[in-house]
Formats: sequence, structure tokens, C-alpha cells
Amino acid sequence: MSEPTEEPRAVASTRAVDIVVSLLLAAFAAVMAWDNWKSGAGWASDGPKSGYFPFYLALLLGGASLFGLVKATADRAGADKPFVNRDQLRRVMQVLVPTFLFCLFTQWLGLYVASFLLIAGFMRWVGGIAWWKSLLTSVIFAAAMFVTFDVAFDVIMPKGPIEALLGF
Amino acid sequence: MEALGLLLHGFEVLLTFKILSLMMVGLVLGIFVGVLPGLGGPNGVAILLPLTFTMEPTSAIVMLSCIYWGALFGGAITSILFNIPGEAWSVATTFDGYPMAQQGKAAEALTAAFTSSFIGSLVAVLLITFLAPGIASFALRFGPPEFFAVYFLTFCSFVGLGKEEKHKTIISMSLGLLLTAIGMDTVSGQLRMTFGSDNLLRGINFLVAVIGLFGISEILLTMEERLALRGHAAAISLRVVFKVWREMPRYWATLLRSSAIGCWLGITPGGAIAASFMGYNVAKRFSKDKESFGKGRIEGVFAPETAAHASGTSALLPMLALGIPGSGTAAILLGGLMVWGLNPGPLLFVEHKDFVWGLIASMYLGNVVGLVIVLSTVPLFAAVLRVPFAAIAPMIVVSCAVGAYAIQNAMFDVWLMLVFGVVGYVFKKINIPLAPFTLALVLGNRAEDSFRLSMIGSAGDLRVFWSNSLVGSIATLALVLLFWPLISAAIERLRGALVKTTT
Repeated sequence: MSEPTEEPRAVASTRAVDIVVSLLLAAFAAVMAWDNWKSGAGWASDGPKSGYFPFYLALLLGGASLFGLVKATADRAGADKPFVNRDQLRRVMQVLVPTFLFCLFTQWLGLYVASFLLIAGFMRWVGGIAWWKSLLTSVIFAAAMFVTFDVAFDVIMPKGPIEALLGF
Repeated sequence: MEALGLLLHGFEVLLTFKILSLMMVGLVLGIFVGVLPGLGGPNGVAILLPLTFTMEPTSAIVMLSCIYWGALFGGAITSILFNIPGEAWSVATTFDGYPMAQQGKAAEALTAAFTSSFIGSLVAVLLITFLAPGIASFALRFGPPEFFAVYFLTFCSFVGLGKEEKHKTIISMSLGLLLTAIGMDTVSGQLRMTFGSDNLLRGINFLVAVIGLFGISEILLTMEERLALRGHAAAISLRVVFKVWREMPRYWATLLRSSAIGCWLGITPGGAIAASFMGYNVAKRFSKDKESFGKGRIEGVFAPETAAHASGTSALLPMLALGIPGSGTAAILLGGLMVWGLNPGPLLFVEHKDFVWGLIASMYLGNVVGLVIVLSTVPLFAAVLRVPFAAIAPMIVVSCAVGAYAIQNAMFDVWLMLVFGVVGYVFKKINIPLAPFTLALVLGNRAEDSFRLSMIGSAGDLRVFWSNSLVGSIATLALVLLFWPLISAAIERLRGALVKTTT
């Protein structure tokens, strides 16, 4: 198989991801099945016990994932099909990592400050947009969110030390 | 005509300044999320759901459903002007819509799309108005076995009729069902699969999962594909609108066929996306001039848009009458009902008349107002697409996080949303369908409850599902659908054998 040269190198094949996902799902199913077996997966006099439904669902999930595993392993064509290439993975990480940091910051600084940081940072560093545009957009957005949720609709968001300083 | 009286009452409920303005806000927000590539009906509704948490249910559902209508209208703008389908069922609209835009007939294509969506929805709403109360009152006789049989039918039809690989549909569905079982068991009060965690005690909230699966994962996918937005400008003048409307009656047969296809597939669980393709293909097959399809024929816009909206709207029929969503968005609206403390199902028509008829009336009004708004504001919304994605992506992430947090005021849910976002991204890339997952998440608990209540009623005898003709025929139909691929293969073979013996 000669691949076109301008295509960046694939990080993983679809087949590899298929196999990994099947294994993870099968492991998850095994843990769930075990837990439900412990809490009682039998049939009491008044119908199924509380573990019955999830136990058999776990078996179904496990069975289907093992089937998928066998199928993916036998699938030769999938080995050549890229799941993501390098450039794509980098771009996905460009959102995923900031989103992760955003969740982390929300815990410490509250949602509004964290979203200000996320939007300003993302626009500046990922989008390459001018500083003043990025800052202005993120301030307006965070303020608008605050007015919409906390003030107008009474949906209370997590807040941090900065909101506390301002008296909210 | 009892329905008409109740419908008029519904309009009375609607016609307050507050609800009408919420309706406008909902429509504009909806068009906005519909226009953004990668966000469509279900994502938009899921992300904007928290806005409605503190409202009373009628205002909330009116606003949410208007977001939905708006998103349906908005999706057409992206498909036609930018050749990017806002969601799966706008794909067929790009076939002829984009060529029309290239030929400088964008305004015609957009008018055709909006008007035919309007007609499709209208037919479906009429169907809901006159059919839903009947179905609901019929379903009032349902006991737990009947309900379980209907849920079972829904699940089976996804497995048997879905286009994806069967084992992947089963994976997606059983994973969803398993996740809903986490937390306290509603029948016995026992804890299941919590592994000693306080956060898992509450269970996994359906909406948190949906926001992650649709919102976050869609952002990841859009970033990966790095959409380059190059679109055509368009402004719609009244002259063009009337020109298209004058042409429209000529295509009455196409419109009627597409509406019928849409309504049918919308009510059938899992059929919503197929509708637009089927509408398109049927129109093509009936046309005398098949060659011109795909090259910018206005009929090629009418057909899929009518079918898509008819199915998108009629998907609300089983949700209202039986508590079973016909589409992903309907499932999210159903999740909303539960947040507002309403119990979806046939009793809704008896206990919450204001709510149900207010919703149905808002479907009429929302579509009319939506049509006017969308026709007059196309240039504005097309400009939204010129805003750099680097500014829109983080805002969507923030909205998702707000949504996930607001449901139960829990930071844990925000993390859960992130996990579901990654899961959704991977699943989409390896073709594990998300619709059965969503359906399982929203129906899981109720399916299990109805199963166990029927088992308690029958002292553990499975024959309760064939104890009378009603439940028996639903359960049998479910099994037939589940094994439909095998059955249809067997029929084919039989027919083949017959042909051989006769020749």
C-alpha cells in the first residue's frame, strides 16, 4: 500500500481503536457483571432481584464487545484505515486540553473566571486572533452568561474568590 | 371536534406577552445553533436546556421546542449556503441546495427549504393534534406489561431496522441501559454499581451524558476536520419568496409524498434521519426528469426538507402520547419534562391539559413565526458563519459546562460530561451509533421498572407478555423486528427457491 505523500502519518488505525474500545467495554462489562452478581442477580419470589437486569445487560454488552473484538481482529482492511492522523490529533488536543483545564479551573476559580480564561486563551493562542478582540469577546461573553444565568434565570453557577471579592 | 376546542384553549395559554417573547428568544437561539456547523437540533436543545430549569413547565417547553424549530430552520442555511449539513438529516438538502446556490439561486433554494420545512411540520402537527389524544387515551389502558412491550418494541426496532452493524447497535444500547441502572434501584431501594462513591449514588443523569455525547464530541470532530467555511451570500427579497410560492403548488405531489414519508418515519423510532434521504429518493424516482436531480433542481430541496421536518415534528407524537421519544431531540425534550417534574406518558393529556395543548399550539405558532423570522434574517445568520470558529468553540464548551452543572449543581457532572464527550467522539469515529445509546439512557429506568412491576404482578411468569391480544401482538411484533434481518433473508431465499422450482 503506497499512501499519498501529503497525508500526515496516521497515529492509529481504525482497527486498533476498534480493538481497544472492545477490550475496554468488555472489561467494563465484566466489572459491572461482577458487582451485580454480588448484589444478587437471581430471581426472587416476587420477580427479579435488583441485580438481575443489569447483570444480564452486562453479559449482553460483554458478548457484543467480544464479538466486535473478534470481528475487528479478523478485519484486515481496517488496519490500513487511519483513525486520526497527526495533524488531526493535534487539533483535537487543542480543544480537549483547554477544556480539561477549564473544568479544573472552574473548580477553583468559579465558572465565570474560568470561561473568561478559556475563551480569551483559546481565541488568542489557537485562533491567533488579536489580543484586544480576544479579551473583549471573553469579557462580554462571561458577563452575558452571568447576567443570563445568575441574575435573569436564577440558575446558580459555581463561583470563586473573585466573585466573592465583588460581593456575589 | 374536541381536539379543536382544546387546541383553542392551548392558544389561549400561549397568548401572553411572556410566553410569546420566550418563543421569539427560543426561535432566534435555535436558528443560531442550527446555523453553526456541527451543532444542530439535539445539541442545541441539550445545551440550552438549563435556561429553562427555573421556568414553569409550559413556558419551558414552548421555549425549548421553539429552539428545536429554529434549529431545524437554521440547519438549512448552512446546508445550502456552505454545503455543510448542520446535522445528519440536512445532508440530502445539500444535494440540490448547494448547486442552486452556486448558480446564484441561493435565495430561491432557501425560500424553498424554509417553506417546505414549514409545510412538513404543519402536516405533522395536524397529525399530532388529531391523533395524539386518541392514542393517549387508548394507552391509558396500558399496564406495566404493555408499557414494557412498547419499550421493548422500540429497542428491538433500533437493532433490527438500524443501518449500522448489529453488534455495534447492541453495544451502544446495552451500555446505555447499564449506565442508567447505576445508583439506587427504584423498586427495592438497593444501591447498584456505585462502588461506594457518593457521586454515583445519584446515578448518571441522562442530560449530562447527552451534552457530552453531542455537544463536546461535536466540537472535537469539527476541530479535527478543520472546516473551511466558504459560503455564498444571500438575501431574500419578497419578490423571490412569492415567485417560489407560486411555483410550489406544481410540486404538490412531491410535498404530499414527502410529508407522508416523514410522518411515518418520525413516529417509527430511529427513523428520523432516513426520512430526508427517502423523501429525496422517492421524489427522484417519481420524477420524469431524473437526470436534473443533484444539479440544482428546486424539487430536490422541497422533497428532503419536507420529509425531514415532518419526521422531526412527528417524532414528538409518541413522546407526548406514550412517553417514548421518536428521535434524539424528542428524547432530550422528554428528559426536560422529567426535570420540570412532569411524568411523560398518556396521563399527561389528562393531568396537564394546559401543558400539552400549549405545546401543540406552540408548534403551529412557532412554525409560522419561525418561517417569517428565518426568511427575513438570512443575511444576518449567514454572517454568523463568518465569525471564526476559534471564538465559537470555547463558547460552546462553556455553554455545555453550564448545562451539565446546572442539572444537579454538581461539579462531578461537568467531569462526567467531559468523559462522555471523549466517548462520543471515539464512538462516532468507529461507527457505534449514538441514537440507541441516548434512547437507552432516557428509557432505561422506566423499561426496567415496567418489566419488574409486570413480574411482580404475574409472580415471575414471563407469559404475562402474551397474556392478552394487545400486549401479545406488541411483544410479538417486537421479536419480529428484532430478527427482521434474518426473517427478510429467509423470505428472500424462499422466494428464490420458489422461482427456481417454477422455472
